[in-house]
Amino acid sequence: MEGCGAPPQSAEPTRDSGDQVVVTGRVLAGSEPVGGAYVRLLDSGGEFTAEVVSAGSGDFRFYAAPGSWRVRALHRSGTGEALVTADGVGVHRTDVVLT
Amino acid sequence: MSREKVLVSTEWAERNLNTEGVVFAEVDEDTTAYDGGHIPGAVRLDWREELQDHVRRDFVDRSGFEKLLSEKGIANSDTVVLYGGNNNWFAAYAYWYFTLYGHQDVRLLDGGRKKWELDGRELTKEVPVREATTYTASEQDLSLRAFRDEVVDAINVKNLVDVRSPDEFAGRLLAPAHLPQEAAQRAGHIPSAINVPWSKAANEDGTFKSDEELRALYEEAGLDGSRPTIAYCRIGERSSHSWFVLRELLGHQDVKNYDGSWTEYGSLVGVPVSNPSEVS
Repeated sequence: MEGCGAPPQSAEPTRDSGDQVVVTGRVLAGSEPVGGAYVRLLDSGGEFTAEVVSAGSGDFRFYAAPGSWRVRALHRSGTGEALVTADGVGVHRTDVVLT
Repeated sequence: MSREKVLVSTEWAERNLNTEGVVFAEVDEDTTAYDGGHIPGAVRLDWREELQDHVRRDFVDRSGFEKLLSEKGIANSDTVVLYGGNNNWFAAYAYWYFTLYGHQDVRLLDGGRKKWELDGRELTKEVPVREATTYTASEQDLSLRAFRDEVVDAINVKNLVDVRSPDEFAGRLLAPAHLPQEAAQRAGHIPSAINVPWSKAANEDGTFKSDEELRALYEEAGLDGSRPTIAYCRIGERSSHSWFVLRELLGHQDVKNYDGSWTEYGSLVGVPVSNPSEVS
């Protein structure tokens, strides 16, 4: 049975994303990717929805529902946030810069 | 139940890495994190491969648990400190599981792997070698575990606490948003359940909120402290986290975890389901 653990993160949209609302991007420090950051997806009310750990390439990916989302990243070196609106099925990209 | 008996801080953990009789165990579904670096001396417990039965949907039986812990070098008298990724979900599941099989002194690392990493504490790739033990487990304590018929009977009778995210509770998502949306046949929640997402019990760094905050959280959500409680999520690991809060931190007496959770309930034929997103 599949568990609830977050799978390894990568930039490539998965083949099954044809009917999914995907929120994806990279965690960056300046222009450098940051791996190992804890990336949280918060809904429009600020409620926690999911969390993944960014890949070495900085990539993260969520399977969401249509709506407005806040992506928040935590890392030893800093935190960052970005807003993204997912208006329907497809890939919605946003990068998160740590400060 | 006092917090000190069931929860240790990362500071405490670091001070006790070499304390005799204290065993650290990292519990995860994806064990590549352990391979990439873990708390020094920690053994690995693979949630999927080692804690689940490979044929039936159930976890390993008593003799399987005894064999597993014996091979890991964990003794009945050891203080077992569990931690993991995903905000300790699988570690909390293992905590529930150790408790179910009667382990006397098991604790969670507050904040789990995330807090340890955010603190910048040491991780190692060195895998410890522990001498095998002869571990003896008790029969499962079924006062801690709910099965499906009991859950159906609990509708409007006991507290049912759905600890999934609001979107899963409302039937808009079938799984957490880091996973493709699949699993149960139907979306929604068990009628009369209250929705208290597990995440509301934790701070951003993965540590548990204070007892005062936790008490207020469940009071405001309408949990009736005079009635028994059953917690559920999708597969029973997030609800282990909330079970830990209700029973181990807040001291509620009769709290069960429904490990079948939504993947079972949402696929049962003929049971009542509430799905707010289907109401016109």
